[in-house]
Amino acid sequence: MSRIQTRFAALKKEGRGALIPYLQACDPDYDTSLELLRAMPAAGADLIEIGVPFSDPSADGPTIQAAALRGLKAGATLGLVLGMVRAFRETDSETPIVLMGYLNPIDSYGPAEFCFDAAQAGVDGIIVVDMPTEEADLLDAHAREAGLDIITLVAPTTSNSRLFHVLRDASGFVYYVSITGITGTNSASAADLEKALPRIREATDLPVAVGFGISTPEQARTASRIGDAAVVASALIKTMASTLENGQATERTVPAVLKQLEGLAAAVRA
Amino acid sequence: MTNTSSPLSSPLANSLRSGPDDRGRFGIFGGRFVAETLMPLLFELDEAYRAAQADPEFRKELDYYLKDYVGRPSPLWFAQHLTEELGGAKVYFKREELNHTGSHKLNNVMGQILVARRMGKTRIVAETGAGQHGVATATVCALFGLKCTIYMGATDVERQKPNVFRMHLLGAEVKPVPAGAGTLKDAMHEAMRGWGANVSDTYFLVGTVAGPHPYPEMVRDFQSIIGVEVKEQMAEAEGRLPDVIVAAIGGGSNAMGIFHPFLDDASVRLIGVEAAGRGLDSGKTAASISRGRPGVLHGNRTYLLQDKHGQIEEAHSISAGLDYPGIGPEHSWLNDIGRAEYVGVTDDEALEAFQVCTRTEGIIPALECAHGLAHVMKIAPTMAKDQIIVLNVSGRGDKDIFTVAHHLGVKL
Repeated sequence: MSRIQTRFAALKKEGRGALIPYLQACDPDYDTSLELLRAMPAAGADLIEIGVPFSDPSADGPTIQAAALRGLKAGATLGLVLGMVRAFRETDSETPIVLMGYLNPIDSYGPAEFCFDAAQAGVDGIIVVDMPTEEADLLDAHAREAGLDIITLVAPTTSNSRLFHVLRDASGFVYYVSITGITGTNSASAADLEKALPRIREATDLPVAVGFGISTPEQARTASRIGDAAVVASALIKTMASTLENGQATERTVPAVLKQLEGLAAAVRA
Repeated sequence: MTNTSSPLSSPLANSLRSGPDDRGRFGIFGGRFVAETLMPLLFELDEAYRAAQADPEFRKELDYYLKDYVGRPSPLWFAQHLTEELGGAKVYFKREELNHTGSHKLNNVMGQILVARRMGKTRIVAETGAGQHGVATATVCALFGLKCTIYMGATDVERQKPNVFRMHLLGAEVKPVPAGAGTLKDAMHEAMRGWGANVSDTYFLVGTVAGPHPYPEMVRDFQSIIGVEVKEQMAEAEGRLPDVIVAAIGGGSNAMGIFHPFLDDASVRLIGVEAAGRGLDSGKTAASISRGRPGVLHGNRTYLLQDKHGQIEEAHSISAGLDYPGIGPEHSWLNDIGRAEYVGVTDDEALEAFQVCTRTEGIIPALECAHGLAHVMKIAPTMAKDQIIVLNVSGRGDKDIFTVAHHLGVKL
C-alpha cells in the first residue's frame, strides 16, 4: 500500500477525516518552510500539500500568488523543492506528501525525470492544476512507472458523465475544488458539499479531499466529515504573511502557523 | 474533427489550413491546459462554435454586422509615396485601422459576441494590452446591452489612458491589474480568474489567437476575413498573389488573420514581426519565438519567454499590444515547419517607421504595426520593383501619440 492509502485507511479506522495543510515551498525562505514542514505532522497534519512556486499561478488567488513570488525570490526551483522533501523524509517516513503546482516548471524539468526524481525524494502524489485529464498523457505513464499518484481535480462544473471520465484512472485521492472561484476567496456551504459529494462518490471509491475556500476550524470539520479530508491553504498563508517583516520570517512565523494548524486539527478530531 | 487520416475523405488533407486537430493542437502546440473548473466551459464553447459555424443564419448575421457596423471590407491601399521612398518592391497597406474602433480587433469581437449571445451569456470579461481589444469588446457590449468587465495591467492603464477613458464611456468596468509588471500577461490571468469565478453567466472574450482550444482556432477564423479580402483585392489590383505578407505579432491575431488564407500558396512569403524591445539580446524583449522556447502558459503550449526553470519572464516592448511573453500556438507551429518566418524589430526602429508612415502616406499607424512597417522598410529596398509586399496596418496610432511624444522628448 502507498503512504496515501495507508494513511486514509488508518483514519477510516479512527472514524475521522484528514486534515491537509498547505505550505508554499521556500516561503518566505527555504529554512523556515522546511522547519514548518517538519513540525506540521506533530501539529495535526495528516497529509501535507506543498505548493511549488510558479511565476503565473492562474488558478490561485492573491494570497497564494504572493507566497509563490516570495518563494521564487528566495530561490525556489523544482529541484530545490524535491530537496526539501528529501530533507523532510530524513525524519518522517509516514506522512504523505503531495506537490501542487503548474505544468511549465515540470515540463521544463522533463516529465520523466521529474516523476522519477520526485518519487525518489519521497513525494507521494502530484497535483498539476493546469493539466486536465485530456492533457494528462504527458505525465501519466511516467508517474505510474515511478509509483506517483496523479491527484485528479474535480469541480462543481464537472458534470456527472464527465466525473466518470476523469476519475476512471484516478489514484491516491480525489481533490474536489469546492468553489468555482480562485483559492482563498469564497467558501462552499455544508449544503453545497452534501449535494456534491454523493455525485463524486458515485464515480469513485477513492477518498475525496475538499479544498479551496476552507479557512476556519468549523469549515475544516464540516469538509472533513462530508468529504474524507479538508485542505487548508490560503488561511495558513495569510497567518504566515502577517508575521513577516519586510518579507522576512520572524520568530513568530512558525509558531503562529502551527498554532492555527493545531486549532484546525482539534476541530477535525473533535 | 478537423483532421482526418485518409486523404480521400477531406479536400484539406494536404493543406496547412486544416489545423488544429481534435485535441486543439497544431503539431505539438496548442491544447487545453486549464484547470478542471474551466474544462466544461471549453467543451460548451466548442459545441456552440461548431453549431454557429454550421448555421447559415450565423454567417448571415455576422456578415451584416461586419459590413454595416464594422465597415468591411477594409481597403487595400497602394502606398505609392512610401514605395518611391524605399525604391524597391511595391508596398500595399491592408487598412484594418479604418475599421470601427480603429483596429482589426473588432472582426474577432463581433464574431465572438454573436457566439456568446447564442450561448445566452449575459456578462463579458476580456483582457486587453494596448486597450484595442478592450475598446472593441466594450463597444459590442454597449451595442448589445451586455455587462462588460475589462482586465488591464496597471502599467498599461497608465500608458494607454485614452483607451481606458473610451472603455469607461462605453459603459465597461476597467479593472487595473497591479500584479507582475502590470501588462497583458497579468491582465490575461485576471480575466481567466474572473471567468472561473462566474462560470455560469460569463463569457470570456479572448482577444488573440492564443489561450486554450478552441480560442486560437475561433479567433483565427474570425480574423481570416483580412486575408480573404486581401486575396480578392490583390487579384483585382495586380492580377496575382503578393510576394510577401508582413504583420506585427503580439499574440498574433492580425498576423494569423492575414496569413491563414495564404498558407497553401507556397509562393507567398509570410513574415511575422515580433517586438524585439531594446534588442533581441538585451533581455528587454517580447520576441517569444526568437528568444523563447516551448512551454505551457494560459491554456496552451507555445513559445514562451522563460528562464531555465520554467518560470515565465516579463516581456518588454514600447508597444503595449506586443508586450506579451507568449504567442499564438499556430504561429509556433508555422515557425517550426518553416512556413512562416519570424523576425524582430526594436522599439527605436518602430518609432522611426511610425514617423515615416505618417509623413509619406498621411497615415498614423499603431505602434504595433509600425513594427511591421519597420521590417518592410528593411526588405522592400532589396526587392525588385515588380515585386509586391502587403503590410497589415492593423490599427491606427491615435492612442500612441502620447507614448511617441514622450520618446521623442515632446511634451503634450
